[in-house]
Amino acid sequence: MLHGMNKTLSILLWAAVACLGAAAVGVVAVHRGEPINALWLVVAAACCYAFGYRFYSKFIAAKILALDALRATPAERLENGRDYLVTNKWVVFGHHFAAIAGPGPLVGPVLAAQFGYLPGTLWVLAGAVFAGCVQDFVILLFSVRRDGKSLTEMAKEEIGRVGGFVAFGAVIAILVILLAVVALIVVNALRDSPWGTFTIAMTIPIALLMGLYLRRIRPGRVLEVSVLGFILVMLAIWGGQWVSQNPEIAPMFSWRAQTLAIVIMFYGFAASAMPVWLLLAPRDYLSTFVKLGTIGLLAIGILVMHPTLHMPALTRFVDGTGPVFAGKVFPFAFITIACGAISGFHSLISSGTTPKLIARETQTRMIGYGAMMAESLVAIMAIIAACVLQPGVYFAINSPAGIVGATPAAAAATISNWGFPVSAAEMQALAHAVGEQTLFNRTGGAPAFAVGMARIFSQSLGGERVMAIWYHFAVMFEALFILTVLDAGTRVARFMVQDALGHVYKPLGRTSWYPSILATSALIVAGWGYFLWQGVKDPLGGINSLWPLFGIANQLLATVALCVATTIIIKMHRAKYAAVTLVPLLWLVAVTFTASWHKIFDPSPRIGFLAQARILSAGPVNPAVARLIFNNHLDAVVTATLIVMVALVLFESARQWAGVLSGRQETRVKETSFVMTRLSEEQG
Amino acid sequence: MIPSRKARFVSALRTSLKTALETLREIFDESAYARFLNRTSMTSSTAAYAAFSRELEDAKARRPKCC
Repeated sequence: MLHGMNKTLSILLWAAVACLGAAAVGVVAVHRGEPINALWLVVAAACCYAFGYRFYSKFIAAKILALDALRATPAERLENGRDYLVTNKWVVFGHHFAAIAGPGPLVGPVLAAQFGYLPGTLWVLAGAVFAGCVQDFVILLFSVRRDGKSLTEMAKEEIGRVGGFVAFGAVIAILVILLAVVALIVVNALRDSPWGTFTIAMTIPIALLMGLYLRRIRPGRVLEVSVLGFILVMLAIWGGQWVSQNPEIAPMFSWRAQTLAIVIMFYGFAASAMPVWLLLAPRDYLSTFVKLGTIGLLAIGILVMHPTLHMPALTRFVDGTGPVFAGKVFPFAFITIACGAISGFHSLISSGTTPKLIARETQTRMIGYGAMMAESLVAIMAIIAACVLQPGVYFAINSPAGIVGATPAAAAATISNWGFPVSAAEMQALAHAVGEQTLFNRTGGAPAFAVGMARIFSQSLGGERVMAIWYHFAVMFEALFILTVLDAGTRVARFMVQDALGHVYKPLGRTSWYPSILATSALIVAGWGYFLWQGVKDPLGGINSLWPLFGIANQLLATVALCVATTIIIKMHRAKYAAVTLVPLLWLVAVTFTASWHKIFDPSPRIGFLAQARILSAGPVNPAVARLIFNNHLDAVVTATLIVMVALVLFESARQWAGVLSGRQETRVKETSFVMTRLSEEQG
Repeated sequence: MIPSRKARFVSALRTSLKTALETLREIFDESAYARFLNRTSMTSSTAAYAAFSRELEDAKARRPKCC
């Protein structure tokens, strides 16, 4: 009787969630003409995630993966107190979320907002529920069943050597392009900004101080030192205002883009070569502390203030003529937003530390699928932060001078002519309110996100009076954790290159041998530094070329991950359910192949690399133009190489599927044998 | 005796806060340091933390940070 009542209540509750979700998505999708409230996006997202988690992830867990609570996980079987360790599921969830949440879900949705709020929102919701969460969940479970093996190892075992090689190549390509593009975002956020530059520069001595404090004064007190570091960073933000207003000191921190790019390259090299405990680890702690706090604060700010979205649902730029980046809504919206919908990079985390901490297989659903939902919600918040701005302001900040004109008057006139009114005086007042000299042409997404975030925060805490503090807090937050990605990424890439070179000449593989450390660090920094320099010198702002390249590389890794997942599902005799990973895989193939084709061969010089090179070749060729032509050819070659790699993995995977389905090939999956868990229910 | 609603609420709140703190200690490697001390039978000191940092260095530096 009681059971029957509970069931009826549950059905009624989920029916209500479905109705509310449908209504919210309907309002978001259909509403035109007038601004809508941001809460519609939040409600639509909450209902979609709740439904996706309750029904879709449960279906995958039960029908395809057959999660087994009695099967001992590697954390239990191989427990060593170091990397393999049975850990509370909520602790693992927090750990996993902190590892997957980077600047991507903040920057991508801000850039894609040039199409309006609708394409980005729909892709983030559908992409996360049907693709991103599924990828993270299944890869996590498959890694758990293989003693916590990495994606590269699984690709090699399940698809063959080509799969492993491509996964390795994709990771290196993503790292190099990612590091260049995030460095470019920092450069664009900090150029000619003494306040921002001073604050970020101060985080280096603060991190060094934290390192020394941890090592010499209070060993192991990381939370304590992170709080101390946070207080010092807040003081640096406050001090930055004084610096920016001091006519003698301000010019010392007012740097051009080229200068900032060189400084960041030196920083990346130093961070890669220096001991981890001195700079990288304390900076990582500080960045994580600020990241978790700020994301929580932004969520509260949006819920409390529930701001109005001024950006229309769709803008005229869905036709591909957008100023932020060129290209039609399909496929470019889908490679611009990766991390909030599906990100190949997550598969590295799902097959890295996380599978070695999980106590029971059944927890992979909550951790893999659930943490990606939380990341997707961060992307929704970024869309809201960008779309609370008046469209004219958004385009004035995000459009490069090469498109809208170099002077404030010219830029304002161009943007107003597009139907998004903005004036030079309005932009000057806004720049003054946030403590900047100008906000025109600050491409890259970070400044627009910071202005949006400052607007939301200043409405709830402190009013317009403290908008400048909130703006610089937001810039510090983004730059801090972008630089953390930069130094950690340079180091990870260095280790990967050292591992590979160790096969050629053994000493090069020794991670403690200084000549090898310096040489490989220089090699990696030269790789991303080249693309960064190219972006800084690009008259179209750099983001136009580099962000799509990064998106393609990231989705390529997701393609590899989904190929691995589909292959394993077919080998598990669950071919009738393979669509769960096969459909997102085919979608990604369609997106990456179409985007790559456009980036290489599109006749528009703003989209196609070869078309731009041709146009440049037709005019007078001086050394600067010759370099631009070379860069366009290089970008075309990199894109083509990435796409050939996707094709190779697809071909190899399809061969495996055909072999298994026709019975020509053995179908044994390479997972570790079943061992009964010894954990009690409470321990799990 | 069945605990009162208030007692259950306080207990749930305490558990949540404890889990949140444990999560932060795990993310910030404090728990890893405690396990290291336990495993090596060392007490917390400059030398112990230096040894822990050396052990952590390899693992941490190989961990990619997501984009």
